[in-house]
Amino acid sequence: MPLFALVDGNSFYASCERAFRPDLIGRSIVVLSNNDGCVVARSAEAKALGIKGFVPFFEIREMCERHGVTVFSSNYALYGDMSRRMMQVIGSWGIEQEVYSVDESFITLDGIADLKDYATRLRADVLQRVGIPTCVGIGPTKTLAKLANHVGKKFPKAAGVFSWDWLTPEWRDKLMARIEVGDVWGVGRRIAEKLGTMGIHTALDLQRADPRDIKRRFNVVVERTVAELNGISCLALEDVAPNRQQIIASRSFAELVGDVDTLASAISHHACRAAEKLRQQQSEARMVGASVRTNPFRERDAQYTGWIVVPLIHPSADSTVIAHAALAGLHAIYREGISYKKAGVVLTEIGPQGLEQRDLFAPLPDPRRAKVMAVMDRVNAEYGTGCLAGAGVGGLDGFQLLCGQPLPCFFCAHGVLISCSFSANGLLMLCS
Amino acid sequence: MITAFFCPDASPPRLAIPVFTSLVPAGFPSPADDYLESVLDLNALLIADPPATFMVRVTGDSMVGAGIGSGDILVVDRGLTPAHGDIVLAIVDGDFTVKRLHKRGTRIALIPENKAYNAIELHDGQELQVWGVVTGCVKQFKQASR
Repeated sequence: MPLFALVDGNSFYASCERAFRPDLIGRSIVVLSNNDGCVVARSAEAKALGIKGFVPFFEIREMCERHGVTVFSSNYALYGDMSRRMMQVIGSWGIEQEVYSVDESFITLDGIADLKDYATRLRADVLQRVGIPTCVGIGPTKTLAKLANHVGKKFPKAAGVFSWDWLTPEWRDKLMARIEVGDVWGVGRRIAEKLGTMGIHTALDLQRADPRDIKRRFNVVVERTVAELNGISCLALEDVAPNRQQIIASRSFAELVGDVDTLASAISHHACRAAEKLRQQQSEARMVGASVRTNPFRERDAQYTGWIVVPLIHPSADSTVIAHAALAGLHAIYREGISYKKAGVVLTEIGPQGLEQRDLFAPLPDPRRAKVMAVMDRVNAEYGTGCLAGAGVGGLDGFQLLCGQPLPCFFCAHGVLISCSFSANGLLMLCS
Repeated sequence: MITAFFCPDASPPRLAIPVFTSLVPAGFPSPADDYLESVLDLNALLIADPPATFMVRVTGDSMVGAGIGSGDILVVDRGLTPAHGDIVLAIVDGDFTVKRLHKRGTRIALIPENKAYNAIELHDGQELQVWGVVTGCVKQFKQASR
């Protein structure tokens, strides 16, 4: 039976900074958000000082000065590069890999006799080659792997590696009973509150809940979480429902793809789908990741996994902005002469729309773009997904079109929509 | 001293440059005979382990004897285990330094390649911290103009 491992970087942004600052080994570090507004990452030492995450910097400035905490502005280009390195090394330890966020990755393991030794060597490899300390959680399902990772972090005795297999059923229950239900992957604050009213407070409570009851009161996603907690694997790699932290849109090709144009078409399509999901939840993303990979089961083929994170100047939910970033990423990771099986887009650093402060020196995003997106979403809601898309987005050149009745409607990728009219035959015409 | 870290291109395009394999370009036969015999990709030449390879610019003259001058860019591989005789990017008192590693018997030291500097001896209980092993040095005599 395959096992899942979730490997993530400890205090990732802070660790990235520290990798190049040996004078800060063992010292407190905090990293601030864009424009130095609030704390987005803290080293373990900073957490020990009592500095909380996502607090405004002015609230802790004095404390930082008093304790000699080193404060960094966020450097997303650095974190993107270190993420790419870390993911590449982690990927070499698994059969398959899913890059889940900038600092988290699932891998599948199979047939490893000594898991503790294997995971310990994995950690040592990432630490030596990239300089980032990690934590490894192992379980028979993704949800249990994620929870094992949580345990590996919370309990110093685990030394950064934990697998549920190492405990007797009795101890497993005792540990599960100590984990709040809100710490289970996929259980957000609102679901946790509702579960609380049903007397379900811990991971153990949820594991023992009646799946049919859960499905009736919530949905199939939470029901699946219950099954996963019981060791029944429901989520394959890359099969995760979107949440607020990150949005993935990726798909395998029916046939292997070698040319950059087909990949670009797929990446644009995924970028637009991801951006649409982003707008549905009224969010914006700051980082756009693009990934391509070969088929790991064709062992004779040259294997390659390309992954890059492209930071945006302004957080955005604009399909065009996100597609442009994803395509720039694709061109950086694309290699000729390789047959690709899969391409995808991952949006991370997601926050609510309009809360971010703007960069003083970069031109502001055109406010009319939001209206274009709103029109596009309304049309797509009515006529089917992908019905209206930006020019250059997949559909025409060999990539599967999702829309049932393909309509040749495009808007100019860099133009501004001035008018829009529906012609009698149902074709949508947009003029820029 | 390290003045800058560089991020090597994530997936650089292969830039194949033909190599002359005839070592003596004098007389007969023409060196161009072997012109297309082999090609050289500088990235492949310099970088064995891409996720573990970093580039740094150095200043100072403590390693001139090893051919490392001020302003050169060093290729540093974090994945290699440092051995006696390797040039290493080490950490001394929280600062980066480039020196040759001496590791024989009980003596562990970081040796400069310039008589004007003293070796850094590591004493009992002092842990040697090596950030990475220097595998190459990029020296530019003239900025390539574009």
